[in-house]
Amino acid sequence: MATTGQTAGHAPHGDGETRRDFLYLATGAFGAVGVGLAAWPLIDSMNPAADTLALSSIVVDLSAIETGQRITVKWRGKPVFIDRRTEDQIKQAEVVNVASLRDPQTDGERVVKPEWLVLVGICTHLGCVPLGQKSTDPRGDWGGWFCPCHGSHYDTSGRIRKGPAPTNLVVPVYEFLDDSTVKIG
Amino acid sequence: MAAPAMNNRMIKWFDDRLPVFSFMHHQMHEYPTPRNLNYWWNFGSLAGVMLVIMIVTGIVLAMNYTPTADLAFGSVERIMRDVNYGWLLRYIHANGASMFFIVVYIHIFRGLFYGSYKSPREVLWWLGIVILLLMMATAFMGYVLPWGQMSFWGATVITNLFSAFPLVGDAIVTWLWGGFSVDNPTLNRFYSLHYLLPFVIVGVVVLHLWALHTHGSNNPKGIDTKGPQDSIPFHPYYTVKDLFGTAVFFIVYAAFIFFFPDYLGHADNYIPANPLVTPPHIVPEWYFLPFYAILRAFDFDIWFMPAKLLGVLAMFASILILFLLPWLDTSRVRSGTFRPIFKWFFVILIIDCVVLGYVGAKAPNDPLIASEETVAQENEAYNACVAKADEAGKVGEDECDKPFVVQYVHLGQLATLYYFFHFLLLLPILGRTERTLPLPTSILEPVTKHGAGAGK
Repeated sequence: MATTGQTAGHAPHGDGETRRDFLYLATGAFGAVGVGLAAWPLIDSMNPAADTLALSSIVVDLSAIETGQRITVKWRGKPVFIDRRTEDQIKQAEVVNVASLRDPQTDGERVVKPEWLVLVGICTHLGCVPLGQKSTDPRGDWGGWFCPCHGSHYDTSGRIRKGPAPTNLVVPVYEFLDDSTVKIG
Repeated sequence: MAAPAMNNRMIKWFDDRLPVFSFMHHQMHEYPTPRNLNYWWNFGSLAGVMLVIMIVTGIVLAMNYTPTADLAFGSVERIMRDVNYGWLLRYIHANGASMFFIVVYIHIFRGLFYGSYKSPREVLWWLGIVILLLMMATAFMGYVLPWGQMSFWGATVITNLFSAFPLVGDAIVTWLWGGFSVDNPTLNRFYSLHYLLPFVIVGVVVLHLWALHTHGSNNPKGIDTKGPQDSIPFHPYYTVKDLFGTAVFFIVYAAFIFFFPDYLGHADNYIPANPLVTPPHIVPEWYFLPFYAILRAFDFDIWFMPAKLLGVLAMFASILILFLLPWLDTSRVRSGTFRPIFKWFFVILIIDCVVLGYVGAKAPNDPLIASEETVAQENEAYNACVAKADEAGKVGEDECDKPFVVQYVHLGQLATLYYFFHFLLLLPILGRTERTLPLPTSILEPVTKHGAGAGK
């Protein structure tokens, strides 16, 4: 390169920079930006597609759920737990000393109406579905849910109490359309 | 490169234009190989054989497989029941993955014992680690394709590992899935990549062989070849030795295919994937168990790092650490044969890896020694104590003594600790302090004490 540059009449300046060096860097930078821009559509095509995003809210009829019953609905391909809690369960969730929790949250922050607990039914550790939806399932030491994969225990507010999970079960965005209908998402 | 004698004029004409015949002659006939290679040196070519078998059966299986969430499970069952020899092809492929890993693991431990990673073979060693990583990715994605319960939940657990990274974790997981859970888009891309990566492996294998042929094979004595008296041509001497080893290996492989085809798999994978129900006990395939044990060994936080992130980092580190091995092992002697202390620690490392694999297969919080009943009784007493303290208005968890039970996770922590100790502390120190046995002056010397007298 250097030899060609010199025979072409581009003698290096005192500090060793040449027009050729500039062109080389400019071309390289231009190419790098171009490759980056060209790569983005390839990368972004792997993100959720429009039709996947379109399925992002559901409406659930709650009228058939009895006190103490838990049901599972599917939202965005994930299970959502809807729990119509008993007085006891609500009381248990409310009396907890919040400061002692790994992910401190009062029960009030996690529900819209205390009777209805709505949770994404995915363990925050590595994504298993915790047990506890059926009355015959193990519900862990705090009467909420128990993840069989790596042994996380959740209480009746879906808060992490014991085991490897770092945070409480996620509360999805939802609103009550009327007393017996809820829109999730 | 001395051109081989070519009697056939057609071959000579062709070779003149594209010298493949000269190249093969050079790499096989003339390629000087140490004369003392033992059967542990079979496993490199065996791995090559496995790669070819996996690609060939995989291509044929792909002709009958449907990579769609609704149809994938059914199409695999169709392969098993209706496609001619489909059961055979699938069992060859599924058990082939296990065989490929066992062969590669033996190949790696061969390298670890005989110091095959040491100068001038560091790049050869690196390329091998790259192949291992690619194999792991390929095997993981292949296991997802039948879309059974273990496929689905294995994919869910492993992709969720990436959510451990702060800030970007969730975005990465959504990107990997192409949705908000493992679903059809995930299956599609895994299929695409499962088809692609084996050919990437082929490419890296070519580089691996190129690096190998640059300095030639290491050998059980770990000393350099000093001249023609120390080596023999690869073909026919080692081709025939490798062929014999391959035949023996095929007996074992065939035993699995024909007599225990599902022994290495999980029964749960014959249940179609159900996103709403997690199987009670999720375990990866056996070849991932040691890494799974390291992942789960971290059930405690350190400073700002949550347990989940630590586990993920440790798991990746357990492989990436091998890239540094050529410098971590400070001993100048390659072969473990002449390292009396290293030898024993090498045995401990193997036991350690087996223990990690054993722990990886168990539920982490199951008691290791105590019986279930004893543990249940102790827990009951503890819970009663907590309830009593809570009623008295105190924090029960502070008041009561938690029963300590030795669990599998504790054994896993110990084994993880040893694994990192071995590479990060032991090898650097041992290499400087160990008194090694005298090395033979040449490869030929120990073979023929009264022989040609080479090296005297």
